[in-house]
Amino acid sequence: MIKTRKQILEVQNTYNEAIQRGKARIVVCAGPGCVANGSPQVYEKLVAELKSRDLYTTVDCLLQDEASESGVTAVNSGCQGFCEKGPLVRIEPEGILYTKVQPEDVPEIIDALEADTVVERLLYQDPETNEVIAKEGQIPFYKYQTRVALSNCGVVDPEDIRAYIARGGYQGLANALNMSSAQVIEHILEANLRGRGGGGFPAGRKWAIAASQEADQKYIICNGDEGDPGAFMDRSIMEGDPHSVLEGMMIAGYAIGASEGYIYVRAEYPLAVQRLKKTIADALQYGFLGTNILGSDFSFTIKVKEGAGAFVCGEESALIASIEGERGMPRPKPPFPAVAGLWGKPTIINNVETLANVAHILDKGVDWFKSIGTEKSPGTKTFALTGEVENTGLIEVPMGRTIEEIVFKIGGGIRNGKEFKAVQIGGPSGGCLTKEQLGITLDFDSLRKVGAMMGSGGLVVMDENTCVVEVARFFMNFIQSESCGKCTFCREGTMQMLDILQRIVDGQGTLDDLDLLVELGEMVQIGSLCGLGKSAPNPVLSTLENFREEYLAHIVDKRCPAGVCQSLRRYVISAEKCKGCSRCARECPANAISGSVGSPYAIDPEKCIKCGACVTVCKFKAIEEVW
Amino acid sequence: MNNTDQIVQDADVELSFLSSVVKENGNQPAALIPILQMIQEKYRYLPKNAMEFVADALGLSPATVYGVATFYAQFSLEPKGKYVIKVCDGTACHVRGSSAVYDAICKRVELVDGKSTTKDGTYTVETVSCLGACVLAPVVTINDKVYGEMTPEAINIILDTLEKEGTNHDQNA
Ligand SMILES: Cc1cc2nc3c(=O)[nH]c(=O)nc-3n(C[C@H](O)[C@H](O)[C@H](O)COP(=O)(O)O)c2cc1C
Ligand code: FES
Repeated sequence: MIKTRKQILEVQNTYNEAIQRGKARIVVCAGPGCVANGSPQVYEKLVAELKSRDLYTTVDCLLQDEASESGVTAVNSGCQGFCEKGPLVRIEPEGILYTKVQPEDVPEIIDALEADTVVERLLYQDPETNEVIAKEGQIPFYKYQTRVALSNCGVVDPEDIRAYIARGGYQGLANALNMSSAQVIEHILEANLRGRGGGGFPAGRKWAIAASQEADQKYIICNGDEGDPGAFMDRSIMEGDPHSVLEGMMIAGYAIGASEGYIYVRAEYPLAVQRLKKTIADALQYGFLGTNILGSDFSFTIKVKEGAGAFVCGEESALIASIEGERGMPRPKPPFPAVAGLWGKPTIINNVETLANVAHILDKGVDWFKSIGTEKSPGTKTFALTGEVENTGLIEVPMGRTIEEIVFKIGGGIRNGKEFKAVQIGGPSGGCLTKEQLGITLDFDSLRKVGAMMGSGGLVVMDENTCVVEVARFFMNFIQSESCGKCTFCREGTMQMLDILQRIVDGQGTLDDLDLLVELGEMVQIGSLCGLGKSAPNPVLSTLENFREEYLAHIVDKRCPAGVCQSLRRYVISAEKCKGCSRCARECPANAISGSVGSPYAIDPEKCIKCGACVTVCKFKAIEEVW
Repeated sequence: MNNTDQIVQDADVELSFLSSVVKENGNQPAALIPILQMIQEKYRYLPKNAMEFVADALGLSPATVYGVATFYAQFSLEPKGKYVIKVCDGTACHVRGSSAVYDAICKRVELVDGKSTTKDGTYTVETVSCLGACVLAPVVTINDKVYGEMTPEAINIILDTLEKEGTNHDQNA
């Protein structure tokens, strides 16, 4: 049981001294990407190999001072970020990063470790300069990042509370408990920590409202629903550094006078659930949760609630309904949850990443936090960088970086030498930004100005082979099926918009459809209660504005320039190349090809089933696929 | 869905199991979702008589329980296949070609429009939005084992092996 700040520092010092006694520490990434690529097998092999060479030791042995100086520890960490190159293995203290490691590479890695050299073929090679880079921090992917919310993720063993304490964990809580709750709120207000869940609302302002309510019970809810398809930042934090989320919740609880907290985790994240539960048990055992925390009169408990698969439950009032056991339908606001939330009591809902920042602010100070990012949006933002970019992965950058820096410097540009077309930000509530908008800075206010929004932080990069009209249809389909059905405009309007978009990608659209989409979009925005409906038209409206010519190509020319929309694919026989052999007509299962032997044949597009059989049999390469 | 009787099915539920689940979670209405989750985990769907039992135990109307069960995507009212194949159709997977992978699976296991479980009860094929492994897009999971960077060809090879070996993917294994 830890009761004082001094005891926290003791754990920190002994742990850090212990790991320094070992010769090295090998950190194997166990983030979702690396696990699917086989990192558990690498870890297993690593432990077996270290044992067979009598090098293996554990932190516990080192703590008891039993191990020799040459002992090597091996741990699994959360996501290290550079998922594209996984499985990742990092050698500490040097910070050497091995990429795409397979179990058979393990003996060589340990040979190198013993000989104080590196395995060059496993190091990252810069595709532009061909330079081989050994240290993680010097790889461009990492070099341009600043890690705050992710500062422990990929570094610590997430299941070892001592590792978190060794990195300065729970000192923010100790500082907070030394202040009055009003002072804690003052800190968060002054740091201008804005909600990372998408809206960017100042956390301190919300806390102050909840703190000023008189109530026998108040609640803190951590929003880990992360429903935005194409985003996995919150998952990475919950799995890779769960204590930072708990500590943030405790500080928030102290600030507003709550004694109970809930973490609402989406159903698709079973590992996060399991890890949070273990972390809560450890924190209880150490005395960071429970009664009279760190000798103060503050008491706090946390429960994990599993979602059941509904995007709308990320919306705070729907989330509350879901915890109460009901269908997750949003409720009208006001009253805001800070006034009357869970079971009618004042409730603060913050996003995972928002809460993960809180402890760092209380630990390192307001000035430190404000030195990062922009004046109006201080701090950093994590992003899931995915799609057609070279270096996909989990990143964190100071607010105010341009999209160009992220896609090209960190992301390494577009895969397979293709052309950049657009980047989708903000998921189903966001927009598609064009090449001309690459210079836009990523902070809450600049994005809102161009009709996009920060959202939770999914950045999906699209190349010339992505059809933005089809992407707009995709998001509308998502929203339409996730609409809870409460508001007529959201329920029926999105259905009509989806119908129209489907028509357009099927090649049946008309020019009037475009005006209709705008009109419907504006009505859905106005006539919906919650953010789901209010922002549902954004992907359509933003692509209509930025990529109008692509809509026109589908409607007027019946073409899909990106080559995606199957209905617009056609086969044509070149009259010049066709020798009139009739082979294709005989092969066609749909009897769509006609003509007479000796003169060029023709395909009836109405009958053609686009199977491509004719292309395969034509000896003269006279049949072409056109989009 | 006007003919609900057709989709809501009874099963040989064990009353002792249901009572213990209610006991563990408490009989407050707020316990409804966790209770349904545990029942679904055991039977892989929500049998009609189990839902009625829960309604009774929590003092809710069967309609309320049915309403919650149909609201959330995690709950299924019909038994799922032996292999549950989830094709991610989140944004990242979608732009990297998840639709073609989904079509290939449906064609292969002979699923016709609208159905998600094969007649013989071997496969359930569903799309989900984002499994949180976007860097491996497109992603498919078979009974929760993750397969990344799928193509129609690759998934066919995986299903070949699955059909040959079978056992190591069994739900109980
Ligand atoms: C449809 C919809 C889905 C949402 N999904 C999430 C989510 O998955 N995670 C999240 O943190 N916030 C989500 N939000 C925002 C929450 O309602 C809420 O604003 C947020 O959790 C507040 O935390 P913050 O101020 O720390 O950002 C969603 C909002 C809407 C309208
Ligand atoms: S979009 Fe498929 S895993 Fe995220």
